[in-house]
Amino acid sequence: MFAYLLKRLIGVVPTLALLLTLVFFVLRLAPGGPFDSERAFPPEVQAAIAQHYHLDQSIPAQFLLWTKDLLSGNMGESFQYLGQSVSGIIFTSLPYTLILGVLALLLSIIFGVPLGALGAWKQNSRFDRFAMFISNAGVSLPNFLVAGLLVLVFSYNLGWLPPALWEGPSSLIMPVITLGVRPVSLIARLTRASMIEVLSEDYIRTARGKGLSSQVILFKHALKNSCIPVITVLGPITANLVTGSFLVEIVFQLPGMGKHFVQAVLNRDYPLVMGVTLVYGVVLLMCNLLVDLAYTWIDPRIRL
Amino acid sequence: MRRFSILFLALVTLLAIFAPWVAPYSYETQDIMARLELPSVHHWMGTDTLGRDLFSRLIYGAQMSLAVGVVTALFALVLGTAVGTLAGYKGGKIDSLLMRLVDLFYIFPSLLLAILLTLLLGRGFMGIFLALGMTAWVTQARLVRGQVLQAREMPYVESARALGVPTIQIILRHILPNIWGPIIVSLTVQIPANIMSESFLSFIGLGLQPPLSSWGTLANEGFRAMHSYPHLMIFPSLVLFITMLAFNSLGDILRDRMDPRDQGMG
Repeated sequence: MFAYLLKRLIGVVPTLALLLTLVFFVLRLAPGGPFDSERAFPPEVQAAIAQHYHLDQSIPAQFLLWTKDLLSGNMGESFQYLGQSVSGIIFTSLPYTLILGVLALLLSIIFGVPLGALGAWKQNSRFDRFAMFISNAGVSLPNFLVAGLLVLVFSYNLGWLPPALWEGPSSLIMPVITLGVRPVSLIARLTRASMIEVLSEDYIRTARGKGLSSQVILFKHALKNSCIPVITVLGPITANLVTGSFLVEIVFQLPGMGKHFVQAVLNRDYPLVMGVTLVYGVVLLMCNLLVDLAYTWIDPRIRL
Repeated sequence: MRRFSILFLALVTLLAIFAPWVAPYSYETQDIMARLELPSVHHWMGTDTLGRDLFSRLIYGAQMSLAVGVVTALFALVLGTAVGTLAGYKGGKIDSLLMRLVDLFYIFPSLLLAILLTLLLGRGFMGIFLALGMTAWVTQARLVRGQVLQAREMPYVESARALGVPTIQIILRHILPNIWGPIIVSLTVQIPANIMSESFLSFIGLGLQPPLSSWGTLANEGFRAMHSYPHLMIFPSLVLFITMLAFNSLGDILRDRMDPRDQGMG
């Protein structure tokens, strides 16, 4: 187990390195630069800026410099927010994005699993059809429609929740719902499908034959085993939450990492894009690792 | 519900194709006297901040949204099938190398990569479809590889090989026609996924640039005026929502029809 974990953790390094290299070169080769503006600076100012940020050197040389800095724990300075370090910006914005993501994930498990499981338990009942309708709609809903309707109803009409900006924990409610709708539906659909399969297994018939109550069968035997496909999608769902956070943080004006990423891309803030990509990369790879570990915990037959 | 999905998709496609003839107004005609009107007999869905007819703009937006969805899916289909077949049929080192590449793409949110690619490729139609296509082929490649791995071991492939049929012909004439079913079904997932991704990108301002417009850019424009004119946001997003619903239920129909466990279609 420990050896496996170590192997996986070491395996993360080349993947990250490849990703960062790719992103670095794509960024530098893209047209447009960080200090392009409507009115051009005088040439000597431009040269001074380029020299200060090493932009006058060749791209591979810049890459080496950046790598050297990164290995000594320095992600550089943002181009866009003068005088602020990339790590500082990430430190202040990461908590918002993490809280959003974790809450949306919890929401999707708390609502998605029971919705799917109960639907499968009472297959083709009225509840099942209702749950399926909800989750089919949820997968098709553009999240800007969800966000828009929530803001219209709860901010503009009822005035219960702040429409944008961070005004304390209540600012999280609408973003988390917006972010969670899709994962809830995905998890509900998957749980239902795998639950239906599990319920026809021999060990469920055995459990029934032993005279166990239906609650025990549902919760102890069926639910745990039907969780495996659900755990599989947690990886893609995390990826989904990352991109979802771009939209949610822009629409609700939350000071998270997604908003910084989009703005940094638009402004060609190279160091900030690289820093944020690195953090996303680490988070996603760790989530994938956790997903793999969760398999063994749920199903002891799977060995790593 | 099923009949409705097919009808709706057919209607949207026809409207998009014949947009110049069926749209009541041009998508760029500005009528300063009729700015921000609510839906009426003259303007079925109202007008935007520049007095442009929203219904007409939605029809032209459908052109862009559908085109990006279909072209991207076809691009991903060709590239994914090529890579998947190569990996699945050849196996060994080529397989593990290609699959490692696929895994790298798979772990990362495809939209994050698409955003970076649009920087390089520009944010016109070509740029968007290439950026989305470069990330979408991965799912296709995985699917095709799995199918090819199974088909490769089938007796008919073995006998073709024994008869000395060239590899390329085995793949094109014997394997691909037999694994077509699941691939076609996957298109019904791919096309709406691409439409959704495009509108997502356009909505957050990293997709198509004006004057090009899709449902995503329309929803984005509408969102800014939402406080006083919610219809400008609701109509484009609603059309997108119904289209997604229709595609999903079309996918369900095809999946049911083509389930290999029912008959020898797979």
